[in-house]
Amino acid sequence: MEKKQNENEETLSSLLGGIINGGIQVIDLTMTLDQRTPTIVLPPEHGQSWPFRLEVISKYDERGPATYWNNMSCGEHTGTHFDAPIHWISGKDLPNNATDTLPPDLFIAHASVIDVSLETKEDPDYLLTIERIEEWEKINGNIPVRSWVLMRTDWSKKTNPTEYLNHGDEGANTPGPHPDLIPWLIEERDVVGFGSETVGTDAGQAAHFSHPFPCHHLMHGAGRCGLPALINLDLLPAQGAVVVAAPLKIRQGSGSPVRALALVGK
Amino acid sequence: MIKALPHPKWKDPRVRTRKPSMPPGNRSREAQGLLSMAARGRFALQVCSNCGAVQYPPRQLCGKCLSEELSWQDVSNKGTLLAETTLQHSNDIYFRDRLPWKLGIVVADVGPSMVVHLSSDCKQGDKVRLALSIDAAGNAVVTARPEKPTSNEKDDLQLREMEFDPKHRRPLIVDGKTEMGLELTKAFLSAGARHVFVGYAKPWYESQYLEEIKKLDKVSVYPLDVTDTDSVEELVSMIGDKVEIMVNNSYHLRPGGLIDRFDINTAHDEMEIHYYGLMRLAGCFGPVMRAMGADGHHSATAWLNIFSAYAWINNPAVGTYSASQAAALSLSQCLRAELTPGGVRVVNTFIGPIEDEWHQLAPPPKLLPATIAPRIVSGLSKGIEDIPIGAVAEEILERLSENPKEIERTIKL
Repeated sequence: MEKKQNENEETLSSLLGGIINGGIQVIDLTMTLDQRTPTIVLPPEHGQSWPFRLEVISKYDERGPATYWNNMSCGEHTGTHFDAPIHWISGKDLPNNATDTLPPDLFIAHASVIDVSLETKEDPDYLLTIERIEEWEKINGNIPVRSWVLMRTDWSKKTNPTEYLNHGDEGANTPGPHPDLIPWLIEERDVVGFGSETVGTDAGQAAHFSHPFPCHHLMHGAGRCGLPALINLDLLPAQGAVVVAAPLKIRQGSGSPVRALALVGK
Repeated sequence: MIKALPHPKWKDPRVRTRKPSMPPGNRSREAQGLLSMAARGRFALQVCSNCGAVQYPPRQLCGKCLSEELSWQDVSNKGTLLAETTLQHSNDIYFRDRLPWKLGIVVADVGPSMVVHLSSDCKQGDKVRLALSIDAAGNAVVTARPEKPTSNEKDDLQLREMEFDPKHRRPLIVDGKTEMGLELTKAFLSAGARHVFVGYAKPWYESQYLEEIKKLDKVSVYPLDVTDTDSVEELVSMIGDKVEIMVNNSYHLRPGGLIDRFDINTAHDEMEIHYYGLMRLAGCFGPVMRAMGADGHHSATAWLNIFSAYAWINNPAVGTYSASQAAALSLSQCLRAELTPGGVRVVNTFIGPIEDEWHQLAPPPKLLPATIAPRIVSGLSKGIEDIPIGAVAEEILERLSENPKEIERTIKL
């Protein structure tokens, strides 16, 4: 028992040593929260998510001579953020489904990064399929249990909000997972959840799928999570990175902006 | 004859910007009655119910029969210029800064004689047209022009101090993504605006109106989101000292009441845009405009808010919207007081339901932006302070003055 404890302490210590000496790189997967960060486009008569906003409380001035700080406001699903299962109706009755009750060990997980940036460059409506992942697995090995599946599209390199959201008169044209992929990821690979570089985890046209919004409806219905609006996925290896992404502990929160980090061994 | 104003040159950066100063005069409580008439663009004076004598200046008792029964009534605005003079000297700083200044004495057709600010086109003995105007200090004054309009009468520099004819001036239209934004842009351009700045928020929402605006000459469009302090500050840094007329046409209507659509988020959005939006615009553009209020041809002159008539009385069908409009109206009165030292006047227009997607289920009459935008600009150019536009707004105003409780109980879309 004591020997085991010592081993774990050594593991932690060598992890920290790796971070300090640079052998383990810390990569920031988070977009900067900015007033210009676009939030998801919804029908105008629906409830709307607040954009990120900042108002100065004081800045070394008469409102507080020694202090600079701000009040901020935004929707739970703003910028790089965490989707908890309670976010969707299918996950509403699950135990431990909200930001305050999700087991915290879920916030640290392996990352499998599927690079489909070439495909999405050709086709903004590209859908990630089981076949494409099986092809990836032939090269990189199977997606391990309890992994995030991160869809690398390089979409986050679009700095113009209009191009990033890419709306036409039939909705958004952005990539995402094929509806058949989600049950497979849950049942065959037992993933933690799905992460993307776009404004949401589902494809822009997901409302029109035979099973609408599968990455929300099915993933959250199975107690899995989402991690949209990531950046820097091009800096991650296909396998082996560790993602640290913990939402704010909001009581019955459906999600929260996160500072998502990846640990990568050099 | 007044000459047409030449197209203004760019501001000479070597020349000190003149500081604003105020025309003199506190007014008595009775005299403020003139302001009430001027604010609505009326030419009304006190008339004695006992003997019929028309009074000027305003007073408590009839100057002829001492009766207390004086009521404000619209009267003929015609008169004859008895004497004219041109000030070449004044001990008052406001007039010193603006000499020479023409004054006259007019015998009004309805009786009284009045000292007036005089158009350069008027000669002694001429028949003249009188108006109640509001000067840079916010006080009512009488102005006189030739009986028949002359071609360049709006170019009289002295009277431009009290009116906001858009000719050669540069408005900023806050929201270019609505039909009203487009029609206001066109109305300002056809009224001779030198250039029109137009703002737009959320570029990822396309707007056919903004696309049309972009095709117009003498227009530049800028990102401007009144819910974002940074965005407003950024635009001030670019064009703050060039905005001569602020046109706050921010608009966010979501039908629904309080209990009937209990939703803090929607009410929050309305307040963010109408109330905090006005606050951000005023907090950022206000100080610059106030400092530029006496800058000759480049003076900041007016701040125009386009409000709903439901700012005056809550319409439960659009209950939270009405409340946000009332909040903005209240804030505009604070803004008016704070801009006065710069000689910048706040003008509020109040409109009824317009023909747009958010009024789809409201019964007619509904106002067309293309019809009302020119009327807004025309009211502004006359220097009117409160401009009700359309039958709904006119009716609300009338019923409010008759019986505010009656309208409170019966108002609906």
